[in-house]
Amino acid sequence: MPVAAAETALRLDCRVAWAETLESLAEADERIVVVVNDSVGSSNLGGFKQKFPDRTINVGIAEQNMVGVAAGLANGGRVPFVSAASCFLTARAMEQLKADVAYAGFNVKLVGQSSGIAYGELGATHHSIEDFAWLRALGPITLIAPCDAWETAEAIKWAAAHEGPVYLRLSRMKVPTLDLPGRSFTAGKAELQRPGSDVTLIANGTTVHLALSAAEMLAGEGVSARVLNMHTITPLDTDAVIAAARETGAIVTVEEALDRGGLGGAVAECTSASHPVPVQRVGFPGFMPTGSIESLFKEFGLSPAGIASAARIAMRRKGN
Amino acid sequence: MSHALKTDNSEGLIRDKALWMRRRALQMVFDKQLGHLGGDFSAIDILATLYFGVLRYDPARPDWADRDRFVMSKGHATGALYTALSAAGYFPEDWLDTYMAHHSKLNGHPNRQYLPGVETNTGPLGHGFPVALGIAIAGQITGAGYRTYVLTGDGEQQEGSNWEAAMTAGHRKVKNLTLIIDRNRLQQGAGTEETAGLDPLDDKYRAFGWEVAEISGHDYGQLLDTLGTPVGSREKPLCVIANTVKGKGVSFMENLTKWHHGVPNAEQFAQAMKELV
Repeated sequence: MPVAAAETALRLDCRVAWAETLESLAEADERIVVVVNDSVGSSNLGGFKQKFPDRTINVGIAEQNMVGVAAGLANGGRVPFVSAASCFLTARAMEQLKADVAYAGFNVKLVGQSSGIAYGELGATHHSIEDFAWLRALGPITLIAPCDAWETAEAIKWAAAHEGPVYLRLSRMKVPTLDLPGRSFTAGKAELQRPGSDVTLIANGTTVHLALSAAEMLAGEGVSARVLNMHTITPLDTDAVIAAARETGAIVTVEEALDRGGLGGAVAECTSASHPVPVQRVGFPGFMPTGSIESLFKEFGLSPAGIASAARIAMRRKGN
Repeated sequence: MSHALKTDNSEGLIRDKALWMRRRALQMVFDKQLGHLGGDFSAIDILATLYFGVLRYDPARPDWADRDRFVMSKGHATGALYTALSAAGYFPEDWLDTYMAHHSKLNGHPNRQYLPGVETNTGPLGHGFPVALGIAIAGQITGAGYRTYVLTGDGEQQEGSNWEAAMTAGHRKVKNLTLIIDRNRLQQGAGTEETAGLDPLDDKYRAFGWEVAEISGHDYGQLLDTLGTPVGSREKPLCVIANTVKGKGVSFMENLTKWHHGVPNAEQFAQAMKELV
């Protein structure tokens, strides 16, 4: 598999950055607590629990209660970080996310661990590829999918400082830390990772480094591909999307999620309303068959070759 | 002004407030031809007791960090909640005239961002109890002295989220939490025991690690004594099974499922007002 020049050799599980950052924030802010569904280990929160046993609230395997309790903790002046497998946190507690967090507007931070198809062979019950679509329907929740360990830490710091509900979609899949000059993270503001004029690749989370590699592959064919890291889906950076549509005339979206209702859906809604251009959506068509993360990524085009292929199709559709 | 706690005159005051709340809720529901009077009337004596004999709060400071919290989990009973909050001084009485009007702050189910004094948004059943549990746990963590009360319907106990919260509260010995169950034995479509039986509720909560008291939800003396029990006198969360009558106070509404969300016509309204004196 081709590797983007920006990739460092080190591939990291972002749960390490998540836990270290949260512990450090919690040292300085006694309001920070965690709420888990027997997910201390899977959330890498063993160290947090050791340091802050009274601020670690394990409700047991009870996701509705977990999210309701978090809303109550916010009512009581705490800053709760709910950390649980994304598949259960979203699907099992959807009405609590809607009524107790989004509609009631409590300052709750939701951390969806092992999202996308991170559980690989465990299958569709444990995959969380619907979460973008479901959470996009709950507008007041800021929805962020960081792309590497550095951005994970930045997003957690931002969420802790922000007053309002946030969903952070994390993965256990090891991803390269991107070595790009002058990086900064602002929620709701896309990161331009590579300039380009023929097509724009808009990715988030675990797929950003794949989009960068695809852009390098396309450069070898004389195609200038822009790469936008759209870490925040809600609120969407519509300025960056519209500029991409105007300036490059074709867009490919890439996400480790259902190929509708998520990042691709958000971008297509934006362009169709403002500056219609071809948008090719790379993602998963539905429940995944049994397979490893690597084999499923490859089969469904979440690879530099797959993304480059989608870019060629998008460019061919220009003006049609 | 900070309302507080039981005095020698509490029962008389609560009786007056409860009568006013029933009449005002009836007027609101009649005017709008929408609402849930049966459940309003079964709960009103409980809310009147809380707001005029138990809770410490200051309507001028709805975000006062040390206020006692009351969470109305049976969010459909807004006739009871809104009249209580208005009587308690959270907002002017004339706001009640806007009940469920276009863009009113008095939505069919309560919204904390619309109205002061509403602790969380409820309406879908089984939500208020876990939120109240979180509030109580926050108080335990910080050592704050506030108490947290939550009222659920009895049919509402069929929602599994309540039992998740009951398990956590019992396990953690969240003794600053009081759950009140409005046990009128009727849900929207039929009796609770014909639908998905709840009895024995007391044994269920004891088995989940709670202290349980069973009282009349219309007896102000019993309500004051039970709901006012000092938190320090127990080691477990408290479940109060308040036996009530759906539609309490209006003869032709009492104990009938059709008054779950039935609304009175002009003749029924006049008759009900005659009885509520």
